[in-house]
Amino acid sequence: MSEAFAIETLALRKVFGEQAAVKSLTLQVQQGEVFGFLGPNGAGKTTSIKMLLGLVAPTSGSASLLGAPIGNKEMLRCMGFLPEHFRFQEWLTASEFLELHGQLYGMPGPDLRSRIDELLERVGLSDFRNKLLRTFSKGMLQRIGLAQALLNRPRLVFLDEPTSGLDPVGRRLVRDIIHELKDQGTSVFLNSHLLSEIEVTCDRVAFIRHGEVVRVMELSSLDIGQINVTMRAKGLTADMTAGLSQWGKNIQIDGENVSMSLSAESAMPEITRYLVLHGAEVYALTPKHASLEEVFIETVGKDGGL
Amino acid sequence: MKNIWILSRMTFREAVRRRIVATGLALGLCFLMVYSIGFHFIYVSARSAETALQSSAMNQAVVQIADVEGINTLLLAGLYAVTFLAIAMAALLAADTLSGEISSGTIQTILTKPIRRFEIILGKWLGFAFLLGLYLLLMGGGTVASVFIQAAYLPDHLAAGLALIYFEALLIMTISMACSSTMSALATGGVVFGLYGLAFIGGWIEQFGAIIQNQTAIKVGIIASLIIPSESLWRRAAFEMQTPLTGALGMSPFGTFSVPSLLMIAYTAVYLIVTLIITVRVFERRDI
Repeated sequence: MSEAFAIETLALRKVFGEQAAVKSLTLQVQQGEVFGFLGPNGAGKTTSIKMLLGLVAPTSGSASLLGAPIGNKEMLRCMGFLPEHFRFQEWLTASEFLELHGQLYGMPGPDLRSRIDELLERVGLSDFRNKLLRTFSKGMLQRIGLAQALLNRPRLVFLDEPTSGLDPVGRRLVRDIIHELKDQGTSVFLNSHLLSEIEVTCDRVAFIRHGEVVRVMELSSLDIGQINVTMRAKGLTADMTAGLSQWGKNIQIDGENVSMSLSAESAMPEITRYLVLHGAEVYALTPKHASLEEVFIETVGKDGGL
Repeated sequence: MKNIWILSRMTFREAVRRRIVATGLALGLCFLMVYSIGFHFIYVSARSAETALQSSAMNQAVVQIADVEGINTLLLAGLYAVTFLAIAMAALLAADTLSGEISSGTIQTILTKPIRRFEIILGKWLGFAFLLGLYLLLMGGGTVASVFIQAAYLPDHLAAGLALIYFEALLIMTISMACSSTMSALATGGVVFGLYGLAFIGGWIEQFGAIIQNQTAIKVGIIASLIIPSESLWRRAAFEMQTPLTGALGMSPFGTFSVPSLLMIAYTAVYLIVTLIITVRVFERRDI
């Protein structure tokens, strides 16, 4: 397996008793990529992540992270992880907590101390550095957990539902941090149910269902694909609406409202000009990109893969 | 090695922060206070009765022997209670340590660091061993000191006796940790105290077997000790510290008639190490 990939798995499988939690996970995440891991509840996402992190032993298949096998000590030194339920040593203060985890990364004292200051500042917890984690709110715990995951300046970070406990400001923070990580060339493996977050942060996403990857897509392809537009115009005639078909398809007319699919955004001004020239009064012409949510439901099915 | 040290310090700090140390200390001091007061009154009244008896030279020698026997019995009674408290402490400290952290998920950020799983087990074990050592030093040392201050008496082989009690606490802690690597804290507590009960009753069967010279009863006791050798450590500790007369007569409820051999002590050491190795193996294979 090559180090060209941050994560590479081949037919990774985990069976609990009779039940296959992950059937066969084959996946490649590029170095420096922000990769979204999507799927309905019970699709095997958590088990997959746990296998990659070495918490759960795979029944069969293989995987490498940063070119090294799962559990490799040198690889773990370059990896960060924010777990989903962010339960930490609540009897430690924020800075003690980071110190403990930094020591476990083997970070030398002076570097660790400056890194702790830097990260506490970054996640907005500088004023709480000497407070016990027991007194922290859910959102604060998530922030300190995120700082913990970044202590060692990792090359690969696993973020499991990093925004679930956060308010909009906190979510914005996480999003900004993910962008910063990407700029630094860090690979991010993001598991989240918040598709809007995935949409603005990820380069690529994989959809998994019943423990298998059913689709991998570039998020920029959401824009490249077809665009649905809705328009409202008075004075439309049958000839006019028939003429619209030169720019797209699926034309549906409901009184003043028309909706259709365009193959390119550039058709929009042309349509406006066409309608106006033919005497229609155009009130609105609105593009609607296919959202990740629509793709999600289309991919995993309305039943959520149950 | 460094990771083991980091984790043992973490374990100790957790016990301090979660007020386990403070609670143990406070209740330990209460225990020592009650024990000292009790010892004081028994000792003083025994003393005045003895003074009345000390008329002849013959009586004086007998009284002196009775004096030492009485003090020794009271001291062993105190140390017996201390042993039980140390065992309870050992079982409770370790019962929740792995299972609790696995079920809450706290352990996930630790296990995904560049460390090996055995380092977690050994780190925690050392942290608990240090805590139990402190606890026994306070409780056992306090009990012995109280007797020494009031009656100027120290038992024979004190260091060996206290070391054996410490050994017993370590054994129970190790078993508790082993259970905690696969079971819930509650189940662990049940198993550990169940085993302790087995050892306790096995020990008494062996004792009575020795008194009535019944070989079968002695064998039953020995088999119980092989399953769980904790009680035999206490009996060896009591044997070390009891007076030669008690040993010869077998008069004290806290003394020992059937003395566990040094082979039994060696067996226990092997038992502890094997338990620790099994714990590491089980924990290394476990899905978290």
